[in-house]
Order: sequence, then C-alpha cells, then structure tokens
Amino acid sequence: MSIDLSQFHQVFYEESYEGLDAMEQGLLDMELVDPDPEVINTIFRAAHSMKGGAGTFGFTQVADFTHVLETLLDQIRSGQRAMSQDIQNLLLKSVDCIRQLLQDLQSGTQADTEETTTLKSQFEAILNDETATASDDGQPPEATTPASGDSDGQGWHIRFIPELTILQTGNEPARMFRQLADLCDNNMQVTLEYQRLPEFTSLDPEMCYVSWEITIPCAIEKNDIDEVFEWVIDDAEIIITPLSGHDIADHSSSADPSNEPQEVQSEQPKPTPVEPKPVEKAAAKQPAKTQESSSIRVSIDKVDSLINMVGELVITQSMLGQLGQNFDISRVQRLQEGLAQLEHNTRELQESVMKIRMMPISFVFSRFPRLVRDVSISLDKKIELVMSGESTELDKTVMEKIGDPMVHLIRNSIDHGIEMPADRKAAGKSETGTVKLDAYHQSGNIVIEIKDDGAGLDTDRILAKAMEKGLVPEGASLSQEQIFDLIFQPGFSTADVVSDLSGRGVGMDVVRRNIAALNGSIEVSSERGKGSRFVIRLPLTLAILDGQLVKVGQEIYIFPLVSIVESIQLDDRSINQVGGHSDVLQLRDEYVPIVKLDEIFHIDTENRSIEDSIIVVVETDGEKIGVVVDELLGQQQVVIKSLEENYRRVDGISGATILGDGTVALIVDVSSLSKMSGPSLKISDSSHQAA
Amino acid sequence: MAKILAVDDSASMRQMVSFTLKGAGHDVIEASDGAEALKFAQGQGVDLVLSDVNMPNMNGLELCKNLRALPSYKFTPILMLTTESSGDKKMEGKSAGATGWIVKPFNPDQLLTTIKKVLG
Repeated sequence: MSIDLSQFHQVFYEESYEGLDAMEQGLLDMELVDPDPEVINTIFRAAHSMKGGAGTFGFTQVADFTHVLETLLDQIRSGQRAMSQDIQNLLLKSVDCIRQLLQDLQSGTQADTEETTTLKSQFEAILNDETATASDDGQPPEATTPASGDSDGQGWHIRFIPELTILQTGNEPARMFRQLADLCDNNMQVTLEYQRLPEFTSLDPEMCYVSWEITIPCAIEKNDIDEVFEWVIDDAEIIITPLSGHDIADHSSSADPSNEPQEVQSEQPKPTPVEPKPVEKAAAKQPAKTQESSSIRVSIDKVDSLINMVGELVITQSMLGQLGQNFDISRVQRLQEGLAQLEHNTRELQESVMKIRMMPISFVFSRFPRLVRDVSISLDKKIELVMSGESTELDKTVMEKIGDPMVHLIRNSIDHGIEMPADRKAAGKSETGTVKLDAYHQSGNIVIEIKDDGAGLDTDRILAKAMEKGLVPEGASLSQEQIFDLIFQPGFSTADVVSDLSGRGVGMDVVRRNIAALNGSIEVSSERGKGSRFVIRLPLTLAILDGQLVKVGQEIYIFPLVSIVESIQLDDRSINQVGGHSDVLQLRDEYVPIVKLDEIFHIDTENRSIEDSIIVVVETDGEKIGVVVDELLGQQQVVIKSLEENYRRVDGISGATILGDGTVALIVDVSSLSKMSGPSLKISDSSHQAA
Repeated sequence: MAKILAVDDSASMRQMVSFTLKGAGHDVIEASDGAEALKFAQGQGVDLVLSDVNMPNMNGLELCKNLRALPSYKFTPILMLTTESSGDKKMEGKSAGATGWIVKPFNPDQLLTTIKKVLG
C-alpha cells in the first residue's frame, strides 16, 4: 500500500510551529537554577514530537537537527546535565533555526544549511565535551543471542521457552508461530513440551507453562527469526541454532524433499527505510511565499453555541413559514413577534460568528518575552516585562497586523525609553527597568497599552529636532501633546546614533499609519524621568463597523461611528474663510477645517448653500475636520466589503457595504479625508489651537 | 478488520497512523494523550493499542500500566511508538506491560507489517 505522506505535511508544520512556540515559551520561563521539571518535559516533548514527525515525513534535516537537541534535553531532563545560560541561548537559537528550516521546507526554498551545521556542531561540542553520555544515541539493537553463525542454508532449530507471564504483555506465541510459518511457507515442525504443566487444580489459566521446539528446514535469514521474537527476548529463553547436516537427517521425514531450501525466500517484506525526500530546489532563492491557507482553531464551545443558535434560527424560520401560509390580519401581532425573534436570532448568530474569529491577544504577546530578552541583552539593559490581559480577545486579522507595530513600540521603549542600569541607579530608580503590556476591552474597542518606567520623552529635544527637520516653524510654541504628536510625523527620528534596533527607517509614522489602517488610533503620554505610555485603540474586528449613515445628494455614505465627535447644524456665523478658499468652522474655541463630500466625490447636490447643511465633526490622528453632509440618517452596524478586492482602491473610501434595501453604500475613510482636505490647514489649525 | 486505539499527542502522526490503518480496513479510534485513551478504554475493549510514549497528561508507559489493570485489556496487544531505540527504554515499556514497539520513524508499510504480527 502506498500512501502519499505529503497530505500530512500541513498538520505537521502547524503542530511543529506550535511546538516551537511552546519550546520558546518554556525556555524563556525557565529558571536556570533548579528548573521546573514540567517545563523541561514540555520542551523535551516538543523536540521529541518534531523529531518523530520529521523522520516519518522524510524531513531528514529537521530530524537530524532535532535529534541532537533532544539528546541534550534528555540529559537535562534526567538531571545528567545542568541548565546554563549558554545552553538556554543555544536552545533558543535552535528554535529559530528549526522554524527557518520548516519555513524553507514549506515554501520549497532551499534551506540554508550553514546555520544548522554550526548550531549542530555546537550541540555536539557540548554533548562530547563532558562525560555525560547520551543515553539513546542510536545504539544498534542488541543481538538476541550470541551470534551463532550462518545456517549454511540448511535451516534453523529454535528452542522457545517463554516465561510463565509472557501472555500478560499481550504476546501470544501462536502469533509468532504463524509468522514463522509465513516465513518458511509452512514448512516447519513444532514440538510442544509440556513438562512444566502443573496439576490441573493449581493451574493458572493466565500463565504459559508450555514451551516449544521448532525446526525450520529452510534457508531463511536469522534476522527474520530474530524479528519474530524481537519483543519477547527478555521474557523467554530463545535458543536459535543453525541446523547441521545431522539435524536435517533427523528431521528429513518432516521436511518436504522437493522443496529446494535455497529457493525459499523470505516472504516478509523488508522494512524499507524512509527515503529522504530531496528538498525541491527553487530556481532562484525567492522570498518565501506563504502558500499556507491560514486556518484558525476554534474551541468546541464556540462551535456548539453557533450550532445552537442556528437551531433557534431554524425554529423561528419555520414558525414564520407557518404563519405565512394562512396569514390574515388578525395574526399581525404574532408576525411582529416572530420578526423580533428573527432579529434577535440574527444578532446573536452574528455575534457568535464574530467570536469565531476572536483569539486571545496572547498569540501576539507571546513573542515579546523573547524579544525583550534578546534586545535587553544586546543593549546591556536590565528589563522586566510585565504582561496582563493576555486573554483579551481580538479579531484574528487585526491581531496579525498589530504585531509589527507593537514590536516597534516595545523596541523603542527598551532602546530609547529605559535607561542604562547605572543611569537608572543615579536617578534613584531600580536598576531593572519595567516594560508593561496590558490589553483590555473598552466600549467596543480593544485597548493595548505599552508602558515603560524609563526616561520619558524629551520634549525639548523633540521640538528642537522637529524644527531642525522643518516639521515645525522656527519659534512656534506647541503644547506638550502636540510635541508628543511630532514623533509620529514622517521623517522624524530622535535617535542621535542609528542603533541596530531602532532607527532603521521604519519610524513611528509607519506605526501610526499601520494602526490607522486598522481603523485604530495611537496616543502617547509621557512624563520626564518617569516613563512613557503608548495607548493603541483598535476596533475589535475589521469585518463589522458601527456606522453613521449620512446622505449627500442622492448617495448614502457611512462614517465609522467611533470617529465622529459630534454633528452640528450650521449657522452662518460659525464659518470663516481662511486664505481665500478654505472654509473653517469655529467650534467653540477651536477652528476646524471643513471638507465638502460633494466636492471630493463629485456629487451633484441641489443644496449648494453650506448654511443649510449639517456638519459631522470627525477626529482622526488627533485632528478634527468638519465634513459637510446633507442629511443624517440612522446608525447601524454594517458589514464591511473590501473595495480593493471587488473594484480598486479609491482615495477617501475605506470600503463598501450593502444596506438593508440592497443598495451599496461607501464607507468614508476619515483619515485620508483629512489629507485630501489639504495639508496646509494643519499648521494653521495647530496654531489656532495653541493660541 | 480490527478495532485499533491510536494514541499520540502529535496530530500529524496520529493522522498518518489513522489514515494508514483505515486504508487497510481497520476501525481506528484516536486519542491525543494517555488520559483520553484510558477514558475510552474504560468503556470498551479494542483489538490493538498503538501508543506514543512521550505525551502530556498521561504518558504511554502509564497508559500501558493502567490498561493492563483493566480486565478487558489484560491480553490486548499494546505497541509503543517510540523514537528511542535503546534497550533501556524498551525494557521500561515491557515492564509497563507493552507487547512490543515500533521505532519511529516508520512509514505506513512498516506500520502495517508490524501490526500484522499481533492481529488475528
């Protein structure tokens, strides 16, 4: 039977990545002195499973590498070797290395063997260095009996004297005889010896009192016979001797003379070694494409509640169906009840389906202990990472996209925020800096906080830098908040020396942009000498949005409800002209630039006078803009459909949705709207605010 | 056709074993660790148990000991799937009551050949 093993590869990759994560987690959690045996066990098991799977599925490189890893871990597990910082580092490196190997295998690129070889030799150096010896380093299976020479093709004589208890391990002699019979084509003679049988009254039916003598006058391999008895060599006395010519004579009566011994071949198929599959060579080393179809694991509870919900929906549907068959006006009350029920069911169903996409944020958080460890070691800083709220759930898509911005922020905190131990001590702080990660839900959003107790943002330096770079006019006076906001401006970086970690051209502006792309926002607050705090707010999901429907001309547009500050009816006096062509709205003591949707999207409206319009004030990236619309319609949850997938990207529009009556409505991208309103307004706005 | 209980914490191995055995016409029950397997075994008997050794919750050796204590599993063949080819580990398996072992890595053909030794 041939089975295509590649069908199991995807599962193998997935569980291996999980195993690697578990290893990494375990390694980071581990106390070097007197480590928790359960943690070591977990790490060992992960390596062990990977080795087994890799061997089975033909990934010899992974199997070989995990083998040395496993050997070392086994020594640690059995207490033969103490854990050390060096070993921990090496193990962590190998986690990365295996991950890379797997990714290369998965994408079909040629794996880079250099690092594997280096690490492997480091492991081997450790293993050989000390006298602690590997316990399972591929010893050959010991010979069953002293080698007794070859049979000269004459056959074999076997004495098989099992221990009384042999049956209790599930080893049934009859099965072994059947195997032997298969080997020699039934050409064998078995003699029963029953001298050991006790009196019937004292006979224990679960014991094996008898033994056997077997003569096989066929030229079969001794190895094949050994294999038959492989599992019972310690539970039985087995003496295998080659048949001499004399024995043949003795037993010739039982042997079929016509059967030429030499021609009888072992019928037992020989186990074939797993053939290492050559890694398919990619023509050129292309960037690894992720071919995997991503999948999510959903807890049974969630699926059950979903099925439950669908069940209720079906009941409601059939109730409404029945109602519809003989409908008359007297039953309108029941119809309304039914429809209310349907609405309730649908909402619950929607919520449950959304929950399927929700995963605990620990999936993102889990990579940070390693990051913090590596970065703090490379910078010689002492840092403790405190995480809370790991079980806060977040949409999988949002989660995938928030990882990189968070990495950047955490690196920044460590690199720029936390001071060197000596400086901290001088400032009267503990030498060990703290980086705190927290996640929680707040009014339909998820909030992620990254807080450090470092030096805080240096407002003077930020301002000086911004002026130097021309981001702020010379001599402008900005509020503290506005200064903090400068770090998110493109082209801003305070690091005097571009270090390995930060300042690689990926600035905070990218962080903000990525977060904005998720319909989220980021804020910073900081106190000199005490530390800084970054707060990221994200919608729970990207698939559904609470929207405010507005009408412009005959079109309906949708604003994300979260971005709306207020909506106001205009009156004449609050509109001012700035620079001759831009309108600004005086909103209490602020001036807010005005954007006309009809102009941006070229919509014909009958109502051209701004005075009769309604202004929706939205806030994005800390700036407010007023958007002129004709009419406010209702608020509702809308399902977001991608415009890029179905059409193409349109400036000022983040997506589309289908309304209850089947019409398509576009969702306004508030942050790009503010850019379309003209950057010149920003500074004037700021100075008004500051004034 | 035999009823086989396959126990392994690695999903890919479990799927491979299960797929192979089902392909050969056997009835396969999967369990992801010893505890789960034992829970099943307490309810009903099988013709063969294939179990990994290193597993969370309850490892293969403990499972083996526990199974042997059940009347309906007293003589049931129990094969350990092990990567350790050394005598020590095999003896540990034997003393826990295992019938035999299959050394990983193995391919589907090897698996089928081996289980033929203890079925029927």
